[in-house]
Formats: sequence, structure tokens, C-alpha cells
Amino acid sequence: MSLTEFFDQMRFTETLSLMPDSFLFWLLAAVVTAAALYFTREPGHRALRHLGGALNYVCRLGAASMIRADKHLQLRNREVLLAAGREESERHIEREFERLEATVRRDLAECPGLHRKMHEQVTQIEEDLQASVEVPPSPPGWTKAVEAVAKIPDQGDGMVSKILENIHQSLVKAQDQALDEYRAATQERHAHLKATMPHWRKLIDLVGMADKRANRVLEHAKVIDRHMDEYEKILKRDDRAVRKLSSSSLVDFLIAIFVLTIAIGGAVINFHLIARPMAEMVGGNTLVGSFKTADIAALVIILLEITMGLFLMDCLRITRLFPVVGALSDKLRKIMMLAAFSFLFGLASIEAGLAYMREILVQDELATSALLRGDAAGTVAVSFQWITTAAQMGLGFILPFALTFVAIPLETFFKSLRTVAGLMTGALLKGLAVALRLTGGFCKYVSELLIDLYDLFIFFPLWVERQFRHGDPQRKTKTAHVQERY
Amino acid sequence: MKRVLSLASLALVVALGACSGEAPKSGRGVYMLLDTSGTYTKEMKKAQQIIHALLARLDPGDSFAVARIDTGSFSEKDIVAKVSFDERPSMANQQKLHFKEQIDGFVKGLKPASYTDITGGILQATEFLQEKDHGENIIIIFSDMAEDLKKGYKRDQAFTLDGFKVVALNVTKLKSDNFDPDEYRSRLSDWEARVVNGGGEWRKINDLDTLDRIFG
Repeated sequence: MSLTEFFDQMRFTETLSLMPDSFLFWLLAAVVTAAALYFTREPGHRALRHLGGALNYVCRLGAASMIRADKHLQLRNREVLLAAGREESERHIEREFERLEATVRRDLAECPGLHRKMHEQVTQIEEDLQASVEVPPSPPGWTKAVEAVAKIPDQGDGMVSKILENIHQSLVKAQDQALDEYRAATQERHAHLKATMPHWRKLIDLVGMADKRANRVLEHAKVIDRHMDEYEKILKRDDRAVRKLSSSSLVDFLIAIFVLTIAIGGAVINFHLIARPMAEMVGGNTLVGSFKTADIAALVIILLEITMGLFLMDCLRITRLFPVVGALSDKLRKIMMLAAFSFLFGLASIEAGLAYMREILVQDELATSALLRGDAAGTVAVSFQWITTAAQMGLGFILPFALTFVAIPLETFFKSLRTVAGLMTGALLKGLAVALRLTGGFCKYVSELLIDLYDLFIFFPLWVERQFRHGDPQRKTKTAHVQERY
Repeated sequence: MKRVLSLASLALVVALGACSGEAPKSGRGVYMLLDTSGTYTKEMKKAQQIIHALLARLDPGDSFAVARIDTGSFSEKDIVAKVSFDERPSMANQQKLHFKEQIDGFVKGLKPASYTDITGGILQATEFLQEKDHGENIIIIFSDMAEDLKKGYKRDQAFTLDGFKVVALNVTKLKSDNFDPDEYRSRLSDWEARVVNGGGEWRKINDLDTLDRIFG
């Protein structure tokens, strides 16, 4: 081996020893890095501190803007809630006034009749009372003559005695007769008094009826008072009213979702009733996009029914989904209501027909399958088949009308959705603000931790520096400051 | 409220717009090849039942054809019965019953073929199904898969079976297979290789209780 070759080999060995997998390489790299970090310690610390501070600042800024947005949203939610509450209260009051008006009109219309009836009863009672007044029977005219005859002294004359005896008997008889007459008259008076009883009862009933009607009006008035109180609170922008409206809107939203879920179940059943026979009309295997045309047709029919139901409910003023419908004149509204009902009735009848056709198709398919299988028993129709057919037809006819009532929860859903979405967004913004603040704080402390780790990595040069500055009082003070800081 | 309704209308318009694109192919095309060679004719009753079962499973709008495998199967004359089912389910049911009668008549008057040209049958099936242009194409081969060509018939062409599913049904073992099972295995793997190389999907069903796998 020549010298050149030997040195070449040495260089190769040295290069190998500095390869990344050797301990020496890593030690050297650590020393160089520590030295570099020591000399760039001040700007390094500054950079880390600024990075942490900047991130913290950005996060806090973000959190502040989230809180600001939340405040704006809360104001908007409050406005929305108050507007919705005001509208709802106005609607309640309006409806209550309508009821009151109807009650008053009905009751007032009956008032003259009631008054007449009461007057008749009172007159009748008066007449009966008048008739029952006790009139003392007038004493017979000859009683004075009898009295004079009776005063004639009895002088032992048998004739006189006999006459007196006769007079006495006549008097007793007359007295009995008078007593009978008196009793008859009293009985008649009692009969008159007895005859007043039904009139009294009738009168009590009439008074009770009048009282009931007055109470009904009073109840309406109380309800109106309550609504008016709420309305006033809303107009005054009372916090309690806002809280009440908010919780009520959340409850309304949940109830609406529950009812809508049930309605969706009904719509799905409806869909299955008509999707199969629809294939007989529009084809069983043609596609629009990736959906069967028959399915789309069935869905469109159900959606049309729901739409007609929405219009019907709006025309009846049960819901107010379309302000245009509410603004129509009564005549036009009635025409529209009749049109919507006619369409709905027509669609329901078509559905009943389709449900019947579905049953026929199912039977046909079962019979075909049975024939293909060679199963003759499968083609025999069962006797109670008509029950299934009738039930399907009934469902096909009833479900479209039942789906009409979807309008009510749908309206509630959309109305409460604004509030609930606002509340949820508010909660989300608050959560984001908290998360951003936490992230900012975390960034700040992570930067301080990195500064500490930085110094930990260069502990040796720092230790040497402290030893070197040990005798220098000025430097000692400076080192103490550094130590205090860390 | 108005905003929500506007958004719903917009979504409906967008959805309808998306639907107005090119409609995807619909329905299934099924072409069944029946091996009518001497050794296999005794399986025809079974084939008849399978055809009935397939008829029950097919939907309106599907196409179905049954052809026999004989000496030269690359011919329309070998198609025993074919039908494109009406879109209306009631009409499709009537067509199914008519098809059944045709098949029953064919099975009654069946005469065994001297040779077995499976490749020709597959080529004919491919041509038939491509014309029908369905979303799913299935070729069912009811045979022992032992091809026996008459002299002069050239059948070494490669298949073009992109988008096709080839199902070997009721692949019975020959007497010679019992002596050497490898012969059976290699026969099937050769067919599988030809189908897969042609871009098709290969499936073998011997258990006739699992016919649903044909469409699965």
C-alpha cells in the first residue's frame, strides 16, 4: 500500500466516523448548536416571546370579535324574539276579540228574547200572586136578624125554643158551609201559589243563563287582559318577557320537530302506497338522474298534496305562511280555499285509486310468481283480502288530508327556527371565544416554556458565563437579574 | 321566512338542473346459455326451474334471452326466447308468463346437440346485450363448461366483456373429472382467465339455492 493510498483510506475512515449515525457526530452537532443558540440567545428569546405574544394577541383579538359578534347577535335575537312575540300576542288578542265579539253578538241577539221570557214569567207570577191574595168571605146578611131573634128571651115557650133550635141548626149549617167555602177559596189560592213554582224555576234558569253569559264575557275579558299584559311587557321590552319568549320558542321548536317527524313517517307510508302503482303510469324502470321516475312522480304528488294543505290552512287563516294569502279579500280567499280543497280532494281520490291498484298489482305479481314456481295454491285468493284493500284505500284517501295539518308545525318550526338558530349561533360564538382565549393563553405559556427549554439546552455555556462573571460586580449584578428573571 | 322559502326553491331548481343531465343506463340485460349437448340434456328440468326463478326476479324494463349452446352457437337462430319487459309491471307479468310457455315448449321438444360451442354463445350474448344497452349485463352459462368444437369452427377470439358479469351455473363434473379433479379446476380457471382478460367479472354458482348471487 502506498502512502497516498494510506491517507486516502484514513480520510475515508474519518468521513465515516462523522457520519450521522456516530456518537461523535451527534456530540459535535450538539456542541455547535448549543454554541450557536448561546450566541443568538437574546434575539432567540425575543423571537419566541414575540411569537407567543403575537399568537396570544391574535387569539384574544379573535375572542373579542367573537364576543362582539355574539352581542350583536343577542341584540338581533332579542329584536327577532320581541317582534315574533308581539306578532303572536297581537294574533292572540285579535283572535280573543273575535271570540268575544262572537259571544257578545250571540248573547246580545238573544237578550230581547231572554228579557221577554223573564217579563212573561214575572207577569205570570204577579197574576198568580194577585189571584192568591186572601179575600175574607163576607158574612151572610141575615146573621144580624138571626142575632136579634137569638136575643129573644126564652120564657118557657116551646115554640120559641123550637124556632131557636132551628135557627141554631141553620146557623151551624151556614157556618159549615162558610167554612167549606173558605177552605175551597184557600185551596184555590194555594193552587195559584203552587202554579207560580214552575215560573219561579224558569225565572231562576233564565237568570242563571244570563249569569253564565255574563261570566263567559268576563272570562274572555280576563284572557284579553292577560294577553294585553304580555303585550305591554313586550312593548316595554321587558327582560322577563324576552326570557319567556325565548324558552317558549325553544319548546315550540322541539314540539314542531317531534310532530314533523311523525308527519314525515306518514308521508313515507303514503309514498309507499303510491310509488308501486305509479310505475304502471310512468314506467317501472326509467330513471331521472339516479332516481326512478315512478318514485319521483309519487313524491311530487305527495309534495303537491302538502302544498295544497299549506294553502288551505293559510286560506282558513289557521296559519300565516304566505302573507299574500292573508292579504287577499275574503271572497278571493274563499275561492282559493275551495280550489285548494278541490285539488286536495282530487289528489286524495287519485291516491285511493292508486292504493287499490297497488293491491291488484301485488296480487298479479304474486299470482305470476306462483305460476312461475308451479305453485297452484299461491294463486288462490283469500277471503279476507278485501279488508287489506279497503284499509289501503282508506289510508290513501285519509293521509293527504291528515298531511294538511303539517302546515301548523311547519309554521311553528320556521318561526322558532330563527330564534333557535340565533341562540345556537350565540352559544357557538361564546364557545369559540372561550376556546380562542384558552388557545391564546396556551400559546403565551408555551412560548415561555420554549424560552426555558432554550436556556436548558445551553445550560453549559450559561454556567461558564456565570463562572466567568463571578468576580465582576457589575456583571454579577447583571447575572443576578438574569437569574431572578428565570 | 321568505329567505328560507327562497333557499328551498333554489335548492329544488338546482336539484332539477342536476337531474336534467344525461340519464344513466337503467335495467338489467340477462342472456342465458343452455348447454344442450348429449351429456347435459338431463339437466334441462333444472334449467327450466332456474329460468322460472330468474323470470320472477326480473323487473319491468329488463331484457331476458335464453339461447341454446349447440354446434355453432354464434347465431340468432339459437335464441330460444327473448323479451324486453314492458315498463308497466302488469304487462311485464303477462310477458313473463308467455316467456315461460315458450321455454316449456322448448324443453319438451329438445333434441341434444352433437357439439358444444360455448365461445360462440358468449360472443352472441355479448352482441345481443350490447344492443340492448342496459346498465347491468349478465351472461349465465348453464353448462359443464366443457367446450367441444366441430372441426372448422374458429373460436380463439378474445372476448370484449367490459361491464359484463359472466356466471357459470351448475358446472357439473364430467366422468373424467372424477379421475383427475385438476382437469375440472383447470377447465374453470381457463374460462375465468378468458373472461377476466376480456374485462368481465367471473362468478361460479353450483349451489342453486344461492341464485340471488347472480344479481348481487
